[in-house]
Amino acid sequence: MNFVLKKLGTLLLTLLILSFVAYAAFEMVGDPVNMILGTNASAEDVAALRESLGLNHPLLVRYLRWLTGFLSGDLGNSYIYRIPVSGMIGEKLGVTVILTLMGFALTLLFSVPLGIYGARREGSWADRLLTVVNQIVMAVPAFFVAILLMVLFGVVLRLFTPGSFVSFAESPGAFLLYMIFPALSIAVPRTAMTAKMLRSSILGEMQQDYIRTAYSRGHNRQSALKTHAFRNALLPIISFMASTMAEMLAGCIVIEQIFSIPGIGRLLMVSISNRDIPVVEAIVMILAVWVMVVHFIGEVVGEMLDPRMRA
Amino acid sequence: MKKRSLALILAAVMLLTLTACGGGGNKPTSPAPSTGADARKAANEINVGIAQDLSSSLSPYQLATAGTREVMFNVFEGLYKADATGDFKPALATGYTVSDDGLTYTFTLREGVKFHNGAVMTAQDVIYSYRTCASDSVDSSIKKILENVTDIKEDAGKVVMTLAQPNSDFLAYVGSVYISPAAYTDQDTKPVGTGPFSFVSRTVQDNVVLSRFEDYWGEKAKLSRITFKIFENATALVTALDAGAVDMVAHMSISQVKGLSKDYQVLEGSMNLVQALYLNNNVKPLNDIRVRRALCYAVDVDKMLELTAEGHGHKLGTSIYPAFKKYFDESLVNAYPHDEAKARELLAEAGYPNGFDLTILAPSNYTPHVDTAMVIAEQLKAVGINATVQEIEWNSWLTDVYQGRKFEATVCGFDASTLTANALLGRYESTSAKNMCSYQSAQFDAFLQQASSITDDAKRTELYKAAAKCLSDDAVNVYLQDLADFVAIRSTLKGYEFYPIYVMDLSRVTY
Repeated sequence: MNFVLKKLGTLLLTLLILSFVAYAAFEMVGDPVNMILGTNASAEDVAALRESLGLNHPLLVRYLRWLTGFLSGDLGNSYIYRIPVSGMIGEKLGVTVILTLMGFALTLLFSVPLGIYGARREGSWADRLLTVVNQIVMAVPAFFVAILLMVLFGVVLRLFTPGSFVSFAESPGAFLLYMIFPALSIAVPRTAMTAKMLRSSILGEMQQDYIRTAYSRGHNRQSALKTHAFRNALLPIISFMASTMAEMLAGCIVIEQIFSIPGIGRLLMVSISNRDIPVVEAIVMILAVWVMVVHFIGEVVGEMLDPRMRA
Repeated sequence: MKKRSLALILAAVMLLTLTACGGGGNKPTSPAPSTGADARKAANEINVGIAQDLSSSLSPYQLATAGTREVMFNVFEGLYKADATGDFKPALATGYTVSDDGLTYTFTLREGVKFHNGAVMTAQDVIYSYRTCASDSVDSSIKKILENVTDIKEDAGKVVMTLAQPNSDFLAYVGSVYISPAAYTDQDTKPVGTGPFSFVSRTVQDNVVLSRFEDYWGEKAKLSRITFKIFENATALVTALDAGAVDMVAHMSISQVKGLSKDYQVLEGSMNLVQALYLNNNVKPLNDIRVRRALCYAVDVDKMLELTAEGHGHKLGTSIYPAFKKYFDESLVNAYPHDEAKARELLAEAGYPNGFDLTILAPSNYTPHVDTAMVIAEQLKAVGINATVQEIEWNSWLTDVYQGRKFEATVCGFDASTLTANALLGRYESTSAKNMCSYQSAQFDAFLQQASSITDDAKRTELYKAAAKCLSDDAVNVYLQDLADFVAIRSTLKGYEFYPIYVMDLSRVTY
């Protein structure tokens, strides 16, 4: 209980600091008024709009106004579109979360068998090949994988049509088909990293004294790995997976641009260049909560696997 | 053992996924599962890719960005309407008369014109529209023109406008004052006009849908539906085109259209922009005319066009682009032929024999401007000017450069919101809020003043041409080019026409 309270306190403090930093950062780059009105507007129009958006007040006043709204559950209105931020984010958040979960599932699906296989057959030609491929794949950034996948499967093989995103409500099948490739592009580099980590983690465990004891009790390498080493080797992987989860959401920001997926990543990019502070603030808050929550889950899962970690 | 083989299979699957690229030919390019192109053709509709979302408000008086105006041109109309040749044709009015003193315009309204919401247009709608535009327009130049209208009233089904000062450009502005129904209050989100297409829906940052207006007063649009899809990312836009998700994209660069498949044809027009190396005439050393002239001589526009656009684009010599046939002065194009020796001489004369440091700002979201700036910086280095290019975000450009005038030099392009010389020259008037370059010339101001009060068209044209020549003589900026505008459009589509202003007329496009 104490533990949860402490976590919650950290979360709230982080959110508070983050939200202020984001607000203050925008103070330096200016407001969206000129962009909304374009190059033909008069100075009076600019001043009038600034006043109607409340931008004529000092930074602290604006921030506190936003904060009180946020605390009472009101995310405010977008400066650019004059519609509630919650409405703009709602559906888009779903898209991004699905993309992240798909990427995460694919990572798990590929990396765990690959890692185990590599550790079991350490030194074999298959293991060595895997290591080389892993090393190469790790060096390729997700956005580049995205472009490759898009050109190959979209333009050459025509398995999907880049730029023709279909929402889940319209057609779940087409939606999932479209999301497979973006999910793959965020999964691929992470898969390589996870597999490599799992492999070396298992091999590290296999050097431990308790494995030697297991051998002396009649286990062979396979069964020692299965019954003793694997569980222990998973522990560092769990926390790595938590950071993978966090990073994937961030990765979506770039991938959504490339595949033109209307998720919060794309919304965030556009809103930053639009200086649409209420939208940016809301998304920053969501991202922060997400990061904290997945790390928290990582810790809980770790404890379930390892009784030693239970306080 | 079972688990082991499972692991092996999974590993193999993963490797296959990764290396499938290498093989490529494991499956022949099977009939593409609907890029949707055929379905769209069958339904007589098209998808148009655009690079940015429309302005927040779609009201006819709040169309702040050029990208919004170009789309909404299909939805709204004025009493008169520009056509592809730049002439103004009767639209919601069938004709007009003007009194001898040039102060009273009487417009005869077209009968039976319907708005998209079914209402019939009346003189009251026109009066309402002019009043709303005069008070609310986001375009200060239109506001200024409408301030000049002292009275607007209905007279036996006609609309009579009284001007305080004669203005023979008035008709051009009439084309920009869109008519909307008087009793309608949802223009911001559900715009209603009289144009060949009516507004259907908008999904913020995703798409805008228009459909053919069946009760259009004139020749009806050919396509039944247009979806504008927004792609902020240039790579994504081109890939969407390659993959067949969109049927048409305008404002592309030569490098973007070169690799397109045979499914598309490429049309070349003009952007209708005055691209220049804009100079702050108010900072040292650019306040010295000899230095500005030296810059003009140092820049080799032909070479720049060659390097950035394979020679496409029209050279300018002043703040008028060629589509303004009436005012375009061919003789100014080569007023400053490329001459490095002369540039050095002028610099030495001005007291900078060893050149000086110059920062050129270029808005980072406009690749053509950035490319141009890069080439120019190199050309300036050849005469000893240490020019560096700094990319700047668009919003910062608007705030610091355009509004704040905190810059030395910048490469950008200005368009004309109306087909009037004033739209391109007005910004150089000493007192203009848009006078980004801080150009001060009593003579230039006098030319514009005289031109705006004179009714004789030939004389006016001469005055505007003289004003444009001032800009060249004083080397206010290094005027470069009107950029080539490439439109990629599905080969099965025809009927797209370029306009002398920044609009995208889709009413004549057909399969």
